[in-house]
Amino acid sequence: MTAIAWQRRQAAARATWREFASQRGGLAGLIGLAVITLLAVLAPWVTDASGLDVTRVTARPWEPPSSSHWLGTDHNGRSVLLLTWWGTRISLVVGLAATVLSVLIGTVVGIAAAHFGGWVSAVLMRFTDFFLVLPSLVLAIALSTVLPRGLGTIVLAIGVTSWPATARLVRAQTLAVEARPFIERSRALGGGHGHVIGRHVLPAVLPLVFVNTTLTVASAIVAESTLSFLGLGDPTRVSWGSLLHAANMHGAVSQRAWWFLVPPGLGVVCVVLAFTLCGRALETVLNPRLKGER
Amino acid sequence: MIRHLAGKVGGALVSLLFVVALGFLLFRVIPGDPVVAMTRGRPVTGDQLAELRARLGVDKPLDEQFVDYLTAALRGDFGTSYVYSRPVLELIGERLWPTVLLTGTSTVLAVVIGLWLGIRGAWRRGSRSDRVSTGLALAQWAMPTFWLGMLLSLATGDLFPSGGMRYPDTPPDFLSQAVDVAHHMVLPCLTMIAVVYAQYLLVMRSSLLEEMHADYLTTARAKGLRDDLVRRRHAVPNALLPTVTLVFLHLGLVVSGAITVETVFSWPGLGLLTYEALTGPDLPLLQGTFVVLAGAVITMNVFADLLYRVLDPRVRAS
Repeated sequence: MTAIAWQRRQAAARATWREFASQRGGLAGLIGLAVITLLAVLAPWVTDASGLDVTRVTARPWEPPSSSHWLGTDHNGRSVLLLTWWGTRISLVVGLAATVLSVLIGTVVGIAAAHFGGWVSAVLMRFTDFFLVLPSLVLAIALSTVLPRGLGTIVLAIGVTSWPATARLVRAQTLAVEARPFIERSRALGGGHGHVIGRHVLPAVLPLVFVNTTLTVASAIVAESTLSFLGLGDPTRVSWGSLLHAANMHGAVSQRAWWFLVPPGLGVVCVVLAFTLCGRALETVLNPRLKGER
Repeated sequence: MIRHLAGKVGGALVSLLFVVALGFLLFRVIPGDPVVAMTRGRPVTGDQLAELRARLGVDKPLDEQFVDYLTAALRGDFGTSYVYSRPVLELIGERLWPTVLLTGTSTVLAVVIGLWLGIRGAWRRGSRSDRVSTGLALAQWAMPTFWLGMLLSLATGDLFPSGGMRYPDTPPDFLSQAVDVAHHMVLPCLTMIAVVYAQYLLVMRSSLLEEMHADYLTTARAKGLRDDLVRRRHAVPNALLPTVTLVFLHLGLVVSGAITVETVFSWPGLGLLTYEALTGPDLPLLQGTFVVLAGAVITMNVFADLLYRVLDPRVRAS
């Protein structure tokens, strides 16, 4: 890579960042995400993990918030603050991993469908449309019921049910890029499939994929909490969804235990909102047509 | 037109066959031997296992099993539930109407509220009420449905029943039964509306915003039409078109909402049946609800496509 190309890329990145930073919503989302991620990463050092162990609790069950337990205790007497804090880790990891899987499938299918055309495209798009209409939660429930419970299963279940939207988006963008003259020039100079896709299509499609990823994380985190709420999560780990599952199973509503219900759900809302705000801001930066509309 | 219709219906039939085949893959191939799962933890002899396998037809090779399964499914036979020991289709039939009632009512209300707020928001773009309602919609979209349901249930206390569809001691006449069901439906319905309407609001708002600078609106104003007539007669009908397809496309979202809301409020519909099937796990039952829910969404999408052609002359002509 020549020095001039790097300088241009740096300048472009700086310009994108300036535009992104000028949007209050996106910046707020980014700061929120940074804080939440930091808390999640620091959990093992800042907090005492032994409080998660049901056999070592000292407090009474269903204790309302007090100075010793800021957010009260659950049905086992564990601190809700600690549980929610640790739940952040699983929710974020599952949400991100599922998104990576989903975006990967979607990008490969989308680029392949647009680049190769013909029957490959026909088959792939038929397949995509089928998965697009299929209610994803129903399929995810079926998958996580028949596979052994665990983090891998839940990531797989969300990943393989949420890719079709990405595939359609990437296909459309690839078609638009491949219609342009520089692709024809590259082909005329002897560029093969690998070269055209790797050097020309992928760099042009990736910004869009990145925006889409931010928005997909949000829905993946909601999907994780929904599946765990239905009792399909990893039973050995605490996530926001599994906390709400426990709250529902042990009658937190009839106990009027708002302190057990509110924090995990609020966690989901904050993270999802932060990702959505970031995604929308990025979308506005990268898609000039949207400027001034929102 | 006939060709297009035939193509769409044919495509949908292929999709339905895909769903049935996916059901086979998910519930017969991946889990392995169902007999092992059924008899887990019980002392059984090899002969008993063989007999059970022969009775369920799982001792045959997979391709024969698939043909058996397919012919049974086409006749509407999805086997017998492990937990209820009753035909799956009968159970689904019983649970269908509560779900249709709940999702139907809440979808209609959510569409009306969402469209109305979306139109208002786009027309007065950037005003305080627009910012508040868009922000609220985004926040509600971020909320897990079931969490909102539990919060509503917690906040309203004893005002509404916390679960089920009717009290056992309600008099059997139609009016008191209807009032009782409506009373039970308030919270589940509110929860579903709150989560679903946001989609409609945002879609309607952005599609009306796209129409806002169109020349025909300037013409309509130049003719001297009042502002709300311009909106009602010219802008909204055009902006409604993309919204109609999206209403149907988001039915998958309504189905997901139904599963979690029915679980939270023990509403005796297909969603609760799915939850009961997955906690079992009762694979034949889950297979049945999977095929029915996915099939319903696919069918509705074909309707959306046909409706769109009726509504939009531009698509009809091309």
